[in-house]
Parts: sequence; C-alpha cells; structure tokens
Amino acid sequence: MALTDVVKRFGAVTAVDHLDLVVPAGVCFGLLGPNGAGKSTTMRLLTGQAVADAGTVEVLGRSMPAESKVVRARSGVVPQVDNLDDELTVAENLGVYARLYGIARADRPAAIARGLELARLADRADTIADELSGGMRRRLLIARGLLHRPELVLLDEPTVGLDPQVRQQLWGQITAVRRDGATVVLTTHYIEEAERLCDEVAIVHRGTVVARGSPDRLIEATVGVEVLEVAGDGPSQRRTLLAAEQAGLPTRHTGTGVAVLGSEALEVAAGDGEGHAGRRRRATLEDVFVTLTGEELT
Amino acid sequence: MTTARLSDGPDPPAPAEGFEPGPATAAPSRFAVRAVLAVLWREWAVFRRVWFSTAFGSILEPVTYFIAFGFGFGALVAEVAGLSYLDFIATGAVAIGVLFSSIFPALINGYFRRKEQRLYDGVLAAPLSIPELVTGEALWNALRASVVACATVLVAIGFGVRPDPTVLLVPVITVVAGFAFAAAGAAFGAVMRSTHSFDMIIVGVIVPMYVVAGTFFPIDGLPPALAALAVANPLYHVVELLRAVTFGAPTGAVLGLHAAVVIVFGVVAWGVAVRLLRRAVID
Repeated sequence: MALTDVVKRFGAVTAVDHLDLVVPAGVCFGLLGPNGAGKSTTMRLLTGQAVADAGTVEVLGRSMPAESKVVRARSGVVPQVDNLDDELTVAENLGVYARLYGIARADRPAAIARGLELARLADRADTIADELSGGMRRRLLIARGLLHRPELVLLDEPTVGLDPQVRQQLWGQITAVRRDGATVVLTTHYIEEAERLCDEVAIVHRGTVVARGSPDRLIEATVGVEVLEVAGDGPSQRRTLLAAEQAGLPTRHTGTGVAVLGSEALEVAAGDGEGHAGRRRRATLEDVFVTLTGEELT
Repeated sequence: MTTARLSDGPDPPAPAEGFEPGPATAAPSRFAVRAVLAVLWREWAVFRRVWFSTAFGSILEPVTYFIAFGFGFGALVAEVAGLSYLDFIATGAVAIGVLFSSIFPALINGYFRRKEQRLYDGVLAAPLSIPELVTGEALWNALRASVVACATVLVAIGFGVRPDPTVLLVPVITVVAGFAFAAAGAAFGAVMRSTHSFDMIIVGVIVPMYVVAGTFFPIDGLPPALAALAVANPLYHVVELLRAVTFGAPTGAVLGLHAAVVIVFGVVAWGVAVRLLRRAVID
C-alpha cells in the first residue's frame, strides 16, 4: 500500500495534505490521530470511496480508484459508522456480503458459518440485526469484513464507544486476523489500542504524517522511557517544573497537572521532602502525540 | 479473553509467512451480473418476511379505485374514449400501481439507505459498483411493481372487466416501466438532503405525474398546455400501452412510439441515477 503526495480537499478544508505513506504487506499498521486529522478520509481513499485531488494511491499493487473493484474484492472493510442491514438477520447480513464478494455458492455456507463463529453469534444466526446489542453488532461488522479472508483488512475506529469487555473481544478478533497473515490497517484515537495491536504506527496531524515507527521506538526517540506526572498546581509542582527546566527536560500540561518527559534523567522527582511530588509511569504514545502536535489526544 | 478464531483446527499457524488463500472467489468484472443478483437476493431476503403487507396493499389499492371511481364516479359517466369508465379506470389503476410501487420505494430506500442507514457505504466498500447497485435495486422494484400490476388486473377481472388475451403482455410493459420509474426515484433519492424533500418531490413530481396521464380522465379534454405536459409524462405512454394490450391494440407504429418514449425515459433515468448517486456517495 503506497500513498504518494496525496491531497484531498472538501471545499475549503484540506482533509489530507500531501500525505506520503507506505505500508509493507503483513504488518498491523495504525493511523493515530485526533478527530478530524484525516484518518477516515485516508481509509476511504484506500477503497476508492474517496478520490484524491492530487497524488497517487496504490493498494495491493493496484492503482486507485481505477482498479478499486479488484482491490475491494481482496480487502475487508470494517467501517466506523455501523452500517449493518437492520432488515436482515445476522446470517443474511453475512449472506449478502458472501454474494458480493463472489464466494462460490458451494463455499458460502462454510464461509457464513465461519463468520458466525468469528462473531460468536452462531446461536443468533436468525436474529434480526436490529435486535443485537452494540457489542454484538461490532463483532458482526468485523466478521462481515473478514468473510472472504481478505489480504488487507481496513478497520476505521473499530472499538470507538465500546465498553472494555467488548474492546478486548474485538482485539482478539483482530489478532486472529493477523495470525492468518493479512495486512491490517486500523485508525484509532485510543492510544492503548495502537500500542497493543500495531507493529507500526503513523501519527497523523492535520492530514499529514508527523512521525512513524514502532510504538516503542517512537516513544523512546521522542519522549524517552519514563514520564513523571505531578497532579494539582501546588508547590511540589512548581519545584518539579523548576527541576525539569534545570535538567533541560520538556514538560507539558496534562489537564490535571503537569508531566515531565524523559524523567528517568531527573533525580529530584520522588521524595523531596513532601513524600512524593508525583507519579512515575512509562511513557506512552500519547506523550509522543502531544509533544509532536501540541494537542491533547482522545 | 476471546475465543475468536479464523481458521479451523485447534490453533491457527503462528506468524504467517504468506497469505492463506480464502474461499474461492471470482475476480470481479466491470459490470457483473453476479453483483446485481446479490442486490436482488438482499431484497428477496427481506420480501420473504414482509410479502403479506405488500400483497395486502397491492390488492386493496385497486379495489379502492374500482369502488370509488368505477361504481361511484362511473355511475355518472357511461363511456370514456370509447371504453366503459370501469375499463378506462382499470388500466389507469394498473399504471398507478406500477408508478407507486416502483418510484416510492426507490425514492425512500434511496434516501434512507444512503443517508440514514449508510447501507450504500457498506456495500460499495465491497466489490459492488454504482451501476450494479442502481440496476439491482431498480430491477427488484420493477419486478415487484409487475406483481402489483398483475394483481390489479386480477382485481379488475373480479370487478367485471373483460380484457383481450393480449393482456398477458402487461407484465412485459410493467417491468420496463417499473424499472424506469424506479431509476427516476433513485435519482431523486440520491439528491435529497433531508426528509423534508419528500413532500416537494411527491407534490411537485409524483402527484401531477399520476393525475395528468390519462389515468382517471382522458387527456383530449385538457387545455393545450396541460395536454402537452401529459404527452411529456412517461406515465401517459405507459397508460396508452396498457390500454392497447388490454383492449385491442391500435397500430403498431403508435405502440412503438409509446414504447420508445418509455424505454428512452428509463435509460436516461438510469444514467442520471448512477451519476447522482456517485456524486452523493463518493467523496
């Protein structure tokens, strides 16, 4: 998958701004960024549902949107907006897509049965989709996109708005897809999701990639190993800020206090007279994102 | 944790070296009949469950027309354009049935599936093209409209209408006409921005279309401007075709002209629907 100098505008808004991105086959790749960063538009470019104003988009070695039908036949899409067919049963929802993907008649029952198992809805096969819970709907959406064992799986915010149990189930589904050898591209604004699932992430900001790499390397290169967070705005925070400034370490406001990035180099942190001035934690992609873009994520 | 599994067997192979081929899938062609059939199958899956309400409506509607116009109004009017008023209204009712049962679902589904349910976003991410989608949905509405037309003919016979044997050609006319009106409905559905537009389309387009078409009264008596409007109305040509096959055909040339108008209208409506839907769903 290769996007080269891609621009996509909606009126006066530039959603994708000279984006360059190459994703090798077989990896799980995360596009990380806040709402409105251009992630969903980028995903739509990959299925031919959006057409770039400039630049070239190549998916599975095919040029988009000219060869989008071939690409769509070999990829599975899990959309951000739930678009299950509420007039159909669970099995019929899978049946329509089995036909659209051109799965041969003889293979259809097995493919649908596998989809039901993957969605863990085998006992709900004849339930009208309208009657499913939110978690069930998401599982079915994912299974629908995987029915034909696609080479490329595109997941747009797969777990947004779901409770933790359901998110974990979906992560399990996504991990299973990876074991099958498919390339996975997912967008998310959940840091933890990207860290857990992705081999590589690209941080997208205002329609362009501002950093990319494996989560660990990206964190270490940008913000170091550890972060010291100090809550509130009391004297301990001021002492921490001063110490950070003396040590030449970057700081940022977290909404509930301040954070010192790369605090492993900081001696003063804990136990400076008031017990502990803050809490040390591992640096995350969120620290990377905020450092690079100056905006809070989620 | 999850028990989600993709492959059969106890454990899927750890880090894959290559892609494991999926079930046999055919390479998509430019315009695939298979994809159109997938769209039809979706409609059929729903219809299997709701056929009764469709059947109920499609029989009750013409019954209402025959009672209201045939017995009520017809008692005042003996003969219209060489036909008994019941015969006249019977073919009008078939045409209206075809119009309503093709243009309305196309318009309403076209809007809701695109804008509210986002079904089009889903199927167009699979290997389905917009021409295939428009064709499949219009074809389904055409078939359903033809079933409604046949039911209306049977109701008419029940009310004492005695058609010629050529009435068997009615489904041929209605499947083409139904496709054309469904494509027109899909075109309107593709440009609607909110549900408020329904009123405008119904009052501004559909009502004049079904009234000024020689359905309830012949167009001969209309002032020239309105008569011209009727001639431009594809439903008028459908009515004329239906009357010709139901009660003895006029000349072949006239039939051919009416048929040509309906077919051209259908082709144009299909093309416009494809274009407008593409503009609406592809960024």
